[in-house]
Amino acid sequence: MSSFKQLFAVRKELRPRSRVMITVMSFALPLLLWCLVSYVPWLWHPKVEITEPGAVSYFKEGMLVDRELFDEESLKAKEASKTLPQGDPANPIYLPAPHEVAEAFYTAFTTPPKRRTEKWLHESLWDSIQVIFWGFFLSSLIGVPLGILAGTYDFFSRLFEPFIEFFRYLPAPAFGALAVAILGIHHAPKIAIIFIGTFFQQVLVISNTTRKLDPSLLEAAQTLGAKNKALLFRVVVPGVLPDLYRDMRILLGWAWTYLIVAELIGTSSGITWFITQQARYKNFDNVFAAIMIIGIIGLATDLILAQMGKRLFPWQRKAKA
Amino acid sequence: MEHLVDLPSYLDQDEDVKDRFARIKQRPIALEIKNLYKQFETPTGAKVTALKDINFTVHKREFVCVIGPSGCGKSTLIRILAGLETPTSGEIILDGKPVQGPGPDRGMVFQGYTLFPWLTVKRNVMFGLEQSGHSKVLAEEDARQWIDLVGLGKFEDSYPHELSGGMKQRVAIARALANQPRILLMDEPYGALDAQTRAKMQQYLMEIWQNIDITIFFITHDLDEAIYLADRILVLKAHPGEVNEIIEVPVPQPRSPEQLLSAEFLATKKRLEELIHPPSEEEEGVNSDHLNMVRMVGVDNEVESVF
Ligand SMILES: Nc1ncnc2c1ncn2[C@@H]1O[C@H](COP(=O)(O)OP(=O)(O)OP(=O)(O)O)[C@@H](O)[C@H]1O
Ligand SMILES: [Mg+2]
Repeated sequence: MSSFKQLFAVRKELRPRSRVMITVMSFALPLLLWCLVSYVPWLWHPKVEITEPGAVSYFKEGMLVDRELFDEESLKAKEASKTLPQGDPANPIYLPAPHEVAEAFYTAFTTPPKRRTEKWLHESLWDSIQVIFWGFFLSSLIGVPLGILAGTYDFFSRLFEPFIEFFRYLPAPAFGALAVAILGIHHAPKIAIIFIGTFFQQVLVISNTTRKLDPSLLEAAQTLGAKNKALLFRVVVPGVLPDLYRDMRILLGWAWTYLIVAELIGTSSGITWFITQQARYKNFDNVFAAIMIIGIIGLATDLILAQMGKRLFPWQRKAKA
Repeated sequence: MEHLVDLPSYLDQDEDVKDRFARIKQRPIALEIKNLYKQFETPTGAKVTALKDINFTVHKREFVCVIGPSGCGKSTLIRILAGLETPTSGEIILDGKPVQGPGPDRGMVFQGYTLFPWLTVKRNVMFGLEQSGHSKVLAEEDARQWIDLVGLGKFEDSYPHELSGGMKQRVAIARALANQPRILLMDEPYGALDAQTRAKMQQYLMEIWQNIDITIFFITHDLDEAIYLADRILVLKAHPGEVNEIIEVPVPQPRSPEQLLSAEFLATKKRLEELIHPPSEEEEGVNSDHLNMVRMVGVDNEVESVF
């Protein structure tokens, strides 16, 4: 069982082969579960899709009914010696099978909108990305400097943090109505919600990261003649940059979680509009596809950023044994 | 600690050494520590006296080592000299002027290297030079010279995490020296190095000290290191940190590793051992040379006794 022990060694890197395999498994396992539930008829499948109504007057072909109801009606028909209804086990409409969602990935992009004023999926997505980008960008523009200042100077820490600590408990969506009243119904209030959702956390997270900078580096710089401003710009800022970058990646993930709420404000828009619209038409395969697209965009951005981080901060690369 | 041969007194100095100390005392004063006290307040409100009435004078280009039991305030003292800590009372005078706060006139080398991890070796050494207003070109030129001096020319574009401990400490020394400080403060700089690297680093430091105009104030807990490097040794005692004795090392300069076994060396070491581990301080009931241990080896143990 030595290979088993190797898999669970505390804080040891796995061997490359196991590493790749387990990463693949991380995606394969949930997918497998989904496939099992979708394709193995006796797993879950609480509904019955009618193929042959038989003697039951209100059953129609293609209809989804609860299994209990189906069994009940079958029993009644049997007792009355009438034609039995026929049907296959099925899952509820809100759980499409993997192949249906996979298909929807393609069709969602190629299906023209139902009305001419409505947007294609890629246009909706682009709207969403813009909202996220501006919300996050504006938040960072102010939040990062404030966070660094608060983490460096006690003065700013006392000045900003108590209020921000209070404000961050106010749920961002609560400001929706206010944002619409002030900023109108288009992108602006949505950007504002992302901003509110990100900004306050951002200042606190970054000030904490800044405080974690090794104080002996500051002392060393002081003995080399660095004073206030040089300490800030030549030691604190470069010193926290890699950690700050990592914080930003996590915060960007949080910003995405505010997106859905933000897009419901005013006139619904972006990917959220697409999802609600498709849910209304009961195209749940499209809904799943859209949700997954968000996941894929998020993951892809993070991977790209992580890769960029390695380039940007070469001194962070730990020597590999 | 019985020595097998009779040693001379550590106070006996031969003519050359005596002469040299007389000349050192003629030199101008580089650093003066006057009636220095330092108290810390613990979170519970109790006061801890770390340093009590320290008086000491360092002459130009002198090499002074500070030694003392753990917790006697060595780091506190050097941090006060560097300006990183303020004394409760007393004064530090450097080249005739009282020091206030940290400054580039006192270079410091820490035990933990404290190189800037985001800068290459060269940029680390340039840090202080750029800070004091050198142009980039000039700073780079200077930095190269210092890096060559500590023998790391090939590594000038490496990042600190790519260097070994000894190399990092050499960069730290180069970085401190590049600023051309009046005095170089070193707080157990070689504490984390293995014996061989440490010996090599001591050699480097001696050479640097002999060849440039620098006064060195060096903290260590290694007796051999103190005797090998120092002109004078400041011995502190603990709780509170007070001057125990100031020893003029009778080993002639320039030093070489063979002297580690010379009579003067051993005499000084004997004296230091007496000062740092005084025999009278043994606690009641505990023989400090042995742990109060019972035999913890099973009778069926494969190795019954280590002898
Ligand atoms: N910031 C502080 N707050 C409270 N007490 C402190 C502080 N710094 C040091 N001390 C106390 O001052 C005394 C001297 O500490 P210092 O670090 O100077 O000792 P040291 O001689 O350098 O010890 P070592 O050889 O272990 O490095 C210790 O008793 C320590 O507990
Ligand atoms: Mg110390």
